[in-house]
Amino acid sequence: MATSTPAISLKGLSKSFGKIAAVKDLNLDIGAGEFFSMLGPSGSGKTTVLRMIAGFELPTAGTVELNGEDVTQLAPFDRDVNTVFQDYALFGHMSVFENVEYGLRVRKISKAERKRKVMEALDTVRLADLADRRPSQLSGGQRQRIALARAIVVEPKVLLLDEPLGALDLKLREQMQIELKQLQRQLAITFVFVTHDQEEALTLSDRIAVFNNGKIEQLGTPQDLYERPKSEFVAGFVGTSNIFTEKESTALFGKKGRFALRPEKVTVSEKKKTGSISGIIAEVIYLGSFTRLIIDVSGIHIKATVPTDVFHRDQTVQINMSAADLVAL
Amino acid sequence: MKSNSGARVVAKVEPTLAHRISTKLYSKPKLRLQLLLSAPVTWLGLVYIAALLALLVTAFFTVDSFTGNLTPGFSLENFASLFTNSLYSTVTFRTIGIALAVTVVDVLLALPIAFYMAKVASPRARGVLVISILMPLWASYLVKAYAWRSLLSNVGIFAWLLRPIGLDTPGYSLLGAGITLGYLWLPYVILPIYASLEKVPSNLLEASSDLGAKTWPTLRRIVFPLILPGIVAGSIFSFSLTLGDYITINIVGGANQMLGNLVYSNVGVANNLPMAAAIALVPVLIMFGYLSAVRRTGALDNL
Repeated sequence: MATSTPAISLKGLSKSFGKIAAVKDLNLDIGAGEFFSMLGPSGSGKTTVLRMIAGFELPTAGTVELNGEDVTQLAPFDRDVNTVFQDYALFGHMSVFENVEYGLRVRKISKAERKRKVMEALDTVRLADLADRRPSQLSGGQRQRIALARAIVVEPKVLLLDEPLGALDLKLREQMQIELKQLQRQLAITFVFVTHDQEEALTLSDRIAVFNNGKIEQLGTPQDLYERPKSEFVAGFVGTSNIFTEKESTALFGKKGRFALRPEKVTVSEKKKTGSISGIIAEVIYLGSFTRLIIDVSGIHIKATVPTDVFHRDQTVQINMSAADLVAL
Repeated sequence: MKSNSGARVVAKVEPTLAHRISTKLYSKPKLRLQLLLSAPVTWLGLVYIAALLALLVTAFFTVDSFTGNLTPGFSLENFASLFTNSLYSTVTFRTIGIALAVTVVDVLLALPIAFYMAKVASPRARGVLVISILMPLWASYLVKAYAWRSLLSNVGIFAWLLRPIGLDTPGYSLLGAGITLGYLWLPYVILPIYASLEKVPSNLLEASSDLGAKTWPTLRRIVFPLILPGIVAGSIFSFSLTLGDYITINIVGGANQMLGNLVYSNVGVANNLPMAAAIALVPVLIMFGYLSAVRRTGALDNL
């Protein structure tokens, strides 16, 4: 992948709205066929980057390259990328079939060819039997799939997805996550996925860029981000972390500096073990498949994940933490 | 029980008459609706429907040509002369023609203005534009018609501007009347189109562009179908207002007549109320036909 031309290459990309800098000097290469996520809180600039790739926003500075070609000044209709919008942006006055057909129609493709491709795309999202319906007659998940079909029918090299699952309920979202992953594998095209849901990003992506304040905080595989967060922001935003201040780490581990520790790396037991320190359970949070404890160790609150619901509040427990699991921030 | 519940009696609020009535009405929604609607429905029935029916009935009356008195009865004489007298058919077609031309021109002018207001202008500029479009509506209709009379006159600004390039002012003519009417009704056409354009989500335009459509296909396939009800709503205004006009044509139309003028002269000069009623029914019927034709576009929900 390092040798081939990246599908998307952003160089020194900046965007300001008036005095507010939404994106600051961004450099990023996204490889062909990659499932790439841009993860961050709202207002972090991730959607603005996506809109600049699509061509809806012109960058204040920098360039956007698609397959090595500079497209910074090209209109959206001249770019070989397609977008799945957050609220789907389906054409309400057209049937499902006409919505999916739209991109082919404006490309002046023959009627027979259009029909074949539309039905193929609708088959891919398993909605071929709803072709004659209006978007208003469909459920949220179905609309989502129509938006997908409409974007993939024109066979773009890159598919941009702007929080596409944000409006769906949890159950549907999990199902659509699987479908998206399968679709990406099947089409073998680049997916650029914008989300604020860290779990979604971890589940789907080959690589993730964590955005904060218009900049990339960290870029890496889901495993990189989870196991080796480089900053407090990433440690806190991706999954849950214990963040120890300098004073706390000195007290607990005799180490200087700020550290992050995942709650599942904290072992909790009732009996004393070598190297264990004792604390009192301040809170028990039941989370279904596991339980989270907040343990008070002489004033320091430590989050721990335990598999079963065996501990109770105010119980004195022994905890073990290995300095090897600490991630320096 | 009675003796030691004194405190409770004091605390209990004695229901007022209004309270008792509203409690009664609360359980009778039908009665409530009838009370609420009876006054406006009576008003509408008397003033509007009854007047229209009276017009319809009067159109079948005749006038005694000797005494000039109304003769009630059922005669199709007035309607027959609508078709046989070439004056009436000429004026009818002329009126429809002007109404159509004014409507088409107004829609063509309103579309880019409304698009600019709804999708391009900043919120501040948009406010200024809305006010400047509404502003002429605060001035009297007559004042505006007379203003155009001076603009169109032989020594007016049109003559002054156009003569040096070999053209001339349209003067007091059908064209002059058409221009004035087009000016008068333009705000009524812009506003519904603007309102419907504002309701078109910007991301639909982005989606269309994203799927490869350039500006013109996006306007034709996405914007136009979505604002069609607004366009039709605006056209109802300009068409019906032009159809019923008889003052503007008098002020800037020279000797030309429209249907309204015929009604006016039959009521006044000719003292032929039944004939005036019959003529007045023509635009009513045309509008009725137009409204039933556009009803299906959903335009009537946009008025």
